[in-house]
Amino acid sequence: MALATRTDRRSSIARTVWDSSVGKKTVMAVSGLIMLLYLVVHMIGNLKIFFGPDEFNHYAHWLRTVGAPFMHEEWTLWLIRVVLVAAVVAHAVSAYQLSRRDIRARPAKYVHRRPRASYATRTMRWGGVILGLFIVWHVLDLTTGTVHSGGFQEGHPYQNVVDTFSTWYGDVVYIVAMLALGLHVRHGFWSAAQTLGAGSRTRDRALRATADVLALLLTAGFIAVPVGVMTKVVS
Amino acid sequence: MTDYTDYATGEPLFDAKAPEGPIAERWDRRRFEARLVNPANRRKHTVIVVGTGLAGGSAGATLAEQGYHVVQFCYQDSPRRAHSIAAQGGVNAAKNYRNDGDSIHRLFYDTVKGGDFRARESNVHRLAQISVEIIDQCVAQGVPFAREYGGLLDTRSFGGVQVSRTFYARGQTGQQLLLGAYQALSRQIAAGNVEMHPRTEMLDLIVVEGRARGIVARDLITGKVDAHFADAVVLATGGYGNVFYLSTNAMNSNATAIWRAHRRGAWFANPCFTQIHPTCIPRTGDHQSKLTLMSESLRNDGRIWVPKARGDDRQPNEIPEDERDYYLERVYPSFGNLVPRDIASRAAKNVCDEGRGVGPGGQGVYLDFADAVRRMGRKAVEAKYGNLFDMYQRITDEDPYEVPMRIYPAVHYTMGGLWVDYDLQTTVPGLFAIGEANFSDHGANRLGASALMQGLADGYFVLPATVNDYLARNPDRGAVDDRHPVVQEVLAETQDRLHLLLSVDGDRTPDSFHRELGELMWEFCGMARTDSGLRKALERIPQIREEFWRRIKVPGVGEEFNQSLEKANRIVDYLELAELMCLDALHRAESCGGHFREESQTPDGEAARRDDAFAYTAAWEFTGAGTAPTLHREDLVFEYVHPTQRSYA
Amino acid sequence: MKLTLRVWRQRAADADGAMSTYEVDGISPDMSFLEMLDTLNEDLILRGEDPVAFDHDCREGICGACSLVVNGDAHGPERTTTCQLHMRSFQDGDTIDVEPWRAAAFPVIKDLVVDRSAFDRIIQAGGYITAPTGAAPEAHATPVPKPDADFAFEHAECIGCGACVAACPNGAAMLFTSAKINHLNVLPQGAPERETRVLEMVAQMDEEGFGGCTLAGECATACPKGIPLVSITGMNREWLRATRKAAGR
Repeated sequence: MALATRTDRRSSIARTVWDSSVGKKTVMAVSGLIMLLYLVVHMIGNLKIFFGPDEFNHYAHWLRTVGAPFMHEEWTLWLIRVVLVAAVVAHAVSAYQLSRRDIRARPAKYVHRRPRASYATRTMRWGGVILGLFIVWHVLDLTTGTVHSGGFQEGHPYQNVVDTFSTWYGDVVYIVAMLALGLHVRHGFWSAAQTLGAGSRTRDRALRATADVLALLLTAGFIAVPVGVMTKVVS
Repeated sequence: MTDYTDYATGEPLFDAKAPEGPIAERWDRRRFEARLVNPANRRKHTVIVVGTGLAGGSAGATLAEQGYHVVQFCYQDSPRRAHSIAAQGGVNAAKNYRNDGDSIHRLFYDTVKGGDFRARESNVHRLAQISVEIIDQCVAQGVPFAREYGGLLDTRSFGGVQVSRTFYARGQTGQQLLLGAYQALSRQIAAGNVEMHPRTEMLDLIVVEGRARGIVARDLITGKVDAHFADAVVLATGGYGNVFYLSTNAMNSNATAIWRAHRRGAWFANPCFTQIHPTCIPRTGDHQSKLTLMSESLRNDGRIWVPKARGDDRQPNEIPEDERDYYLERVYPSFGNLVPRDIASRAAKNVCDEGRGVGPGGQGVYLDFADAVRRMGRKAVEAKYGNLFDMYQRITDEDPYEVPMRIYPAVHYTMGGLWVDYDLQTTVPGLFAIGEANFSDHGANRLGASALMQGLADGYFVLPATVNDYLARNPDRGAVDDRHPVVQEVLAETQDRLHLLLSVDGDRTPDSFHRELGELMWEFCGMARTDSGLRKALERIPQIREEFWRRIKVPGVGEEFNQSLEKANRIVDYLELAELMCLDALHRAESCGGHFREESQTPDGEAARRDDAFAYTAAWEFTGAGTAPTLHREDLVFEYVHPTQRSYA
Repeated sequence: MKLTLRVWRQRAADADGAMSTYEVDGISPDMSFLEMLDTLNEDLILRGEDPVAFDHDCREGICGACSLVVNGDAHGPERTTTCQLHMRSFQDGDTIDVEPWRAAAFPVIKDLVVDRSAFDRIIQAGGYITAPTGAAPEAHATPVPKPDADFAFEHAECIGCGACVAACPNGAAMLFTSAKINHLNVLPQGAPERETRVLEMVAQMDEEGFGGCTLAGECATACPKGIPLVSITGMNREWLRATRKAAGR
């Protein structure tokens, strides 16, 4: 008599997580939170630009020596870079695969359409793509200097930043991307909390408020730099 | 053709399976005497279960757990939608958790008395015994019954009873119990022990060499009509209240399975015992497709009244207290608003007949919660009845917290059904009927919260034990397949019937016939019945039937999803069953429970039972469509509960 | 009331479908939406046309059979089932669009009727407590704290209609699945199968081709029984817990 529950679905934990829509969403949540943590640190560091070239360049140089003498020069930096790249890739691949699944799940659209969901929810996908493209530009612009306007000076980040934000397109690209970031973080942070099971009826308001504050602070903090350059506060 | 009312009386009927001895030991004795099937042999037996409500769902799951191969059918798209889901109030059990004097014997007594002494003592006692196990079983399945702060189960009281023995899950007890059974069934489907056929409707029974060996069913998506075979067939297809067109049944609940079984030899018992539920939302117009019940539990706190004066058309809140007639509290002081359903319904009809009814057409009475809101506070009322109040407001656009509800009786449940013995086996060997589909436990009136109890008792506990016995005694079954001449004949008959429905191409829709039949039945075979009215109905029904076959219009073809064809085919059976109901009502020249014959009442208008002439179950044998059936009487013996005039005053 | 209806007509699962326009007259505001469709169908039958097929049964908002998208909303503009939607929610002269649930996992059978058997298979995967008949202990042996019992009930209220899937921009069945998981997992009786239940049900849900959750919240807005969005959070929590425990074994 086969009375028992089905137990034929046995696979590794990694496989279980990656194959499941809930698991993949967890990957997105965790990688998103890693990036978010990084962004907060990054944003705070950026604000040092308002204290002049010496302090800012010194800070940038220090980033290469974090962990010394235990860590060799740039080891920590590379470690962070590897983790970040892994997070970006995991986030993007999960997002792509989940989106594919979502689109497949609703092949026929409703004839009667009406606007649905909040702005942030609807812009997660395109916002994500914009942010992905921005990251590429941002790295090529200020890390490798490949597409930097004017002469990219290794070891002089202050000047490089001022150069970038002295062009109109540098400002536009950056500000648009940071607005996208704000929207992305606003829904993403709250969403990640739900995915990780941290949400509850009593905690919902606090989570939403935290998401709003985080989004606002990040956007404002990042945009402060190009605004500073444009208004000649930073030059 | 002979007159339909000119029925013959056949051999009396007696229940050969009921064990002797003290009533409390009979079920144990029967189980001990029952033969068993070796667990290893069970999987070789196929049992067909038709219907997935409380009875069918629990039976299918339990038979599969025992190791039988179960093939199960439902017309709905999922077994979870069976109409048991709509039961609101609760399920009775003699747990005596309240220490309020309840016991198995009291539940037994209340049920026999509530049924106006027209049920079998042995069956009812078994039901009361099993009630206790039902609660245990359902709690183990995760049914979220209402609980008190200490974590123990809460109970409430219900009509016709003075103890608090009704377990409930807000106003959705049926839903929660059904989902419990559905989940148990789902587990067996996943395990491969139940082969589930949703959207498949049974259209006929296959009887080979005197034994039920299968059914003919139509796949409602493809329209394909197929035979399915088994060693035993269980009908758990519910009641036949939809004969009345307007009822609290689901739109697609129907009598085809039991009526076709009746035509194949299963006798039909007490068809006139129908229950009119007192608290339903009144109809609003001709467009009405069904009636919605408001749980009887509302009568715990709501007070029923009408204006003292005829034709008083003031708003209810403008009628002062001393101009209101709380007629149930006045006439039945000890039970008040909690009298049994048949009494509450008839009382409502009486005040409306006097011209004191309220609302459009004067077909309604007030169910007022103003006192309850004052006494308990709006919040407490909301916690207890919130979902019912919301439903009422949605349907009527009136706020029951502010304005009294308007209610009116509506057809709700049918106590009659296929005759079964103590083993729940019909007069066709190998054909079992459980739940509302059989006639057995409620006599002439069912008490509130007892339908769920009976459905689950039959499905979880009684049937699995008795099917065992049948299969053990009849292990040798010849092979039956599509080529068997009987099967070919039944298949051809079904096909022909469907084909005929499609080919008439008349000028009336199925619904128009259904509505016409329903109005006729409500008028003459509803809350109050008379000899002359029933004769009128019996004259009219064959005329409607004749007109039906001349003027019915069913669009489309048979080999597709065709809801009009489904409907029309069900009406074919209603048109025959209605006739039997009227005949049964005509022949039973007494009032008892839900069956009220105006000729038989006490001076103060209560139902007058005639135990000298009618203390029996009337089981009717089919002899041909439109020809007089044969009556078989099963005498009712009362050893433990002495029949008295029911008194709730 | 006089109304213009635009209804999705599709002869069979493999046939092409399109919106057809019908005029209905003499509609009472007290009619339910389905009674309004009954009126249309009576006319269609008499005119020799094929009536509109739609699922319905109890017509009191509990069986979960009815399943119409009315003007782009699952079950229409009120928070209820289609059978409990009344015509007083519309204005005389309105044009109303009626469509079936749309999801890959809910293929259309005919007109407005879809196949929701995927939901049954999700329950079959683990949406039950193993309690064979006769094996139950005394009901009061295990008290259940009232808040837990209430929590279980609120999730057990799900009627399996599929409005959550129909409303979700991703055709996800998360709210349906989570409702059952939350109902059973909070109860002591459900504890032994707590992990397998959530893992199996989520795996089955994915296998059926439902989309994933982007927390748009449309499901909870459409749910006629008010299952909250946070139910999905609870399921995620259970799933992560089960995965962690499985990793530890």
